[in-house]
Amino acid sequence: MSIASTRYATLDAGRNYWGLLAVLAGVVLAGFAGFLHLEHEGHWITGMNNQVVWGIPHVFAVFLIVAASGALNVASIASVFGQVAYKPLARLSGLLAAALLSGGLAILVLDLGRPDRLIVAMTYYNFKSIFAWNIFLYTGLLAVIAVYLFVLFQPALARWTRAAGIMALLWRLILTTGTGAIFGFLVARQGYDAAIMAPLFIIMSFSFGTAVFLLVLAAACRGSGRVLGDALLFRLKNLLAVFVSAVLYFVLAYHLTNLYATEHHGFEAFILNFESLYSKLFWLGQVGLGSLLPLALFYSPKTRNCRVSTLVGASLVIIGGLIQMYVIIIGGQAYPLVLFPGMEESSSFYDGVVASYVPSFWEFLLGITGVGIGLILTVAGLGALDILPEDLSDPKPAS
Amino acid sequence: MSLGLTRREFLQGAGAAGALTLAPGVFLYAKDPEAPVTDAVRWGLLVDTRLCQEDCNACVDACNEEHNLQDLGRPETDAQWIRKLTVRDPLGGRTISLPMMCQHCENPPCVDVCPTGASFRREDGIVLVDKHTCIGCRYCMMACPYKARSFIHENLTEQLPDAPRGKGCVESCTLCVHKVDAGENTTACAEACHKDGHQAILFGDLNDPDSEISKRIREFGATQIRADLGLNTGVRYQNL
Amino acid sequence: MLFMLSVVALIAFTGASAEGLGPFIPKAKGEQCVEPTQVMRERHWEFILHQRDETVHKGIRTTRHSLKNCLECHVQPDEEGRFPRSSEPTHFCTNCHVFAGIRIDCFECHADRPHEAYGAISRHSRLSLNDMFRKRPVR
Repeated sequence: MSIASTRYATLDAGRNYWGLLAVLAGVVLAGFAGFLHLEHEGHWITGMNNQVVWGIPHVFAVFLIVAASGALNVASIASVFGQVAYKPLARLSGLLAAALLSGGLAILVLDLGRPDRLIVAMTYYNFKSIFAWNIFLYTGLLAVIAVYLFVLFQPALARWTRAAGIMALLWRLILTTGTGAIFGFLVARQGYDAAIMAPLFIIMSFSFGTAVFLLVLAAACRGSGRVLGDALLFRLKNLLAVFVSAVLYFVLAYHLTNLYATEHHGFEAFILNFESLYSKLFWLGQVGLGSLLPLALFYSPKTRNCRVSTLVGASLVIIGGLIQMYVIIIGGQAYPLVLFPGMEESSSFYDGVVASYVPSFWEFLLGITGVGIGLILTVAGLGALDILPEDLSDPKPAS
Repeated sequence: MSLGLTRREFLQGAGAAGALTLAPGVFLYAKDPEAPVTDAVRWGLLVDTRLCQEDCNACVDACNEEHNLQDLGRPETDAQWIRKLTVRDPLGGRTISLPMMCQHCENPPCVDVCPTGASFRREDGIVLVDKHTCIGCRYCMMACPYKARSFIHENLTEQLPDAPRGKGCVESCTLCVHKVDAGENTTACAEACHKDGHQAILFGDLNDPDSEISKRIREFGATQIRADLGLNTGVRYQNL
Repeated sequence: MLFMLSVVALIAFTGASAEGLGPFIPKAKGEQCVEPTQVMRERHWEFILHQRDETVHKGIRTTRHSLKNCLECHVQPDEEGRFPRSSEPTHFCTNCHVFAGIRIDCFECHADRPHEAYGAISRHSRLSLNDMFRKRPVR
């Protein structure tokens, strides 16, 4: 299956295709109505409060943005590292990354206290703010992906593919560093303020992005009647398994470092002692369901050559990823700020106590809307552009 | 001013001393309304926790009244610019009470992280939110080590002329900037604490070695909360 | 939209409101605004915007172009002594802005009435140097 012989085609716009688009459009429209309600009422209708200021919308948004960066894995491996087997999938990789990023960004914007002031966010910049950098990094990645896809679509520009791929690879690594640094730069919070946040987010992006890519690819092939070869699918699965293990390693390093410093024992106990909700989510959700179970499915001799196990494993990685985001973002805020180390604090403003957070329907709606935007852009892109190769079956052994 | 001097000349003459005397015992820091604030002054507060009573809430009540911070019956989302904090030492059980509010840092984390520059530090040391450019992202609330900021979660009405506030923006203690600019040389909390006879909160110019606040800090010393963060706070505490 | 703009332009440049075509303009206190009427019609938002940044960031509290000063003269009590609110058509700013079809969000946060409307809260009409200067005649 050489590049020259790869033929791409749009998805057939049959009844199923339009049905899927209509369902996704319904989700996005419902989400937009929910946003208007939120914007009208104010954030008190959400579970977010003055203690937990970022909630479920941010869990979804950061997950989508991180996954978008990771969805470019296949493009990078194909265009930068020259793995021929992935080259036919580079277009899908670019499209999916742009779509997921758009979905994540949309959530962040719709959750702003003053979304009407988007123009302010784009005209007033404080360049010491990692958030301000991220505005450029996110919009910049969309532009870089557009250039990359343009190069891929023009056979005459083939010699620029590697350059565009390198640009996209570097840009997304910086972008994920910036996303992790949002948390790494928070000097006062017990759960953040750690340089490891940036590389942790990069490796999380590899894992989540590959899982999403694998599922979208499988669904697109099934929906369009294409054959997705075992070799390609299991190759992606093996890649994902390495990334899932790497995330576990970084999480281990993060907690071990914290555990060595007595001042962090309070927060570490909060996440690790299996008493708080966040601790249970960490062990059962992030580690068990989201990491160990998929690894078992990917590596166990009984299931490692099973397509269903692969798809289930990738789905679990996504669920585990969302839970990991929840533990990082919400857990990090729920643990009280320490104003007086060694002392017990109390006040009318929830000092010294674990903050409560009960997400509301409206927040979930906002989060689902971002997912919907990501998927609808992907599906529309697959229908409008020659993204997906016509034939993804395993190459026949040379006779 | 009736002596033939222009207002500016009058103020410049008086401004050299930093203050002018309107009547015996009444000092007003004169700021020409046309002149921008400068770093010649740095406004701050000094809290003596020995004088602060645990059962007294006068500073909080005064702040709420001054800025019309309403109790909407939703304590998790209601704004609090100043709160009474009880700090107990588990060894021995000594308990102190103190007011906690924006510490008006010289190096404020909220200003560092704000994407639009809406969080800013005035030349005279007061940390504010420009609510015209605040987009309500709440990153400053994540960054503040003192939990000093509140997000406005609902539509507000009945705001006061000196305290504009509204839905979707983040806000915090302004060090009563409207009173400072009016030359009142005090804040609502300090005023209320004084009125209640506790005198635990003192407002003043940390840059002026002759101000009462500077003299007291020089003589008795004062601590910053989370001094380890190196933020150089404008609110200092005694007898922590 | 074009129609709206041309109506606004018509009012701004011809003062058509005097002939009953434009919005109802509530009577203000005093003889003369801080700038000539025509200048205010065309550029009041520039003045307020400029003053806004000067006040918030630099502490410059001159009143000539401040929003508060607008309200001091332009929002006046009715016969019963009641000040109109920004949600009501009799409010100076609201009236014209509804007519012009330009939404303003000033009063989501700012008080919509002059200091004197808050009589009950006497602490807010305190004597200060700024108040002393406010009584100076406008240059």
